[in-house]
Amino acid sequence: MSFQTAVFYVFAAILVFAALRVISVRNPVHAALWLVLSFFTAAAIWMLLGAEFLAIVLVLVYVGAVMVLFLFVIMMLDVNFDEMRRHFRSYLPVGAAVGALVLLEMVLVILAGAAAAGRPSTQPAPVSNTQALGRLLYVDYVYPFELAAVLLLVAIVAAIALTYRKRRETKTQDPGEQVKVRRADRVRLVSMPSEKRES
Amino acid sequence: MPFLIAPTLAHYLVLGAVLFAISIVGIFLNRKNVLILLMAIELMLLAVNLNFVAFSAHLGDMAGQVFVFFILTVAAAESAIGLAILVLLFRNVGSIDVEDLGKLKG
Repeated sequence: MSFQTAVFYVFAAILVFAALRVISVRNPVHAALWLVLSFFTAAAIWMLLGAEFLAIVLVLVYVGAVMVLFLFVIMMLDVNFDEMRRHFRSYLPVGAAVGALVLLEMVLVILAGAAAAGRPSTQPAPVSNTQALGRLLYVDYVYPFELAAVLLLVAIVAAIALTYRKRRETKTQDPGEQVKVRRADRVRLVSMPSEKRES
Repeated sequence: MPFLIAPTLAHYLVLGAVLFAISIVGIFLNRKNVLILLMAIELMLLAVNLNFVAFSAHLGDMAGQVFVFFILTVAAAESAIGLAILVLLFRNVGSIDVEDLGKLKG
């Protein structure tokens, strides 16, 4: 067994175990932490495949941002998580059956095609992985790249619009209302008869 | 032992299939908890991305890795909006049960 294969099996075992823990632990904080471990292990496996840039992006974006978001939301919610697990056992047989069937089908398809496949041809690229990916992303895929940027903007706006809650007690200025004001709304001229001053 | 040579494409694809099946089971098991459901969806996307990266390395074609890049973008947007909806659900209904999602309507 080559060293690379041994490393692959170790990482695959860690990944599968962490994924199993994600779906089975009682506490969602623990689930998020196991998910961090599985993302990190997946990044290591991508590194094994020669995709260094994506591995770093996976750690930075997922472990650094998305999982922190998950943890924030878990800690914001005050839910009784034990109550939520009541039907866990009753869903187990059908879930396990469907999962095993899906796995069996996919493995059969993969092994049927594996005879034609063979070993990955990871010949050393003339440029680094990051450079090649950047060239592809900014030249061939520049429109999808910009579309992805627009998608992220839409996601930001949607997330803020969904969760924004206007508070009554805070004092804020409304520039629209300020601009709409006319002179007649603020000043009233009254004509009064002048009176003779008493000496 | 043909399985003990250097990891082939099939090794990575089977690992991706195992991950995908685990997340399907997770979706079945955690019907009551939208939070774990979102995590299972993230795992599923990770399995798909693993397939993309494996094929990209196997075929020597970088386009697969560009696709993974876009999937990561979409997945980040999805989880942000999903968590926003989750916060909304909890604020309005007081639970994060999938059954209660219908109460957000209108």
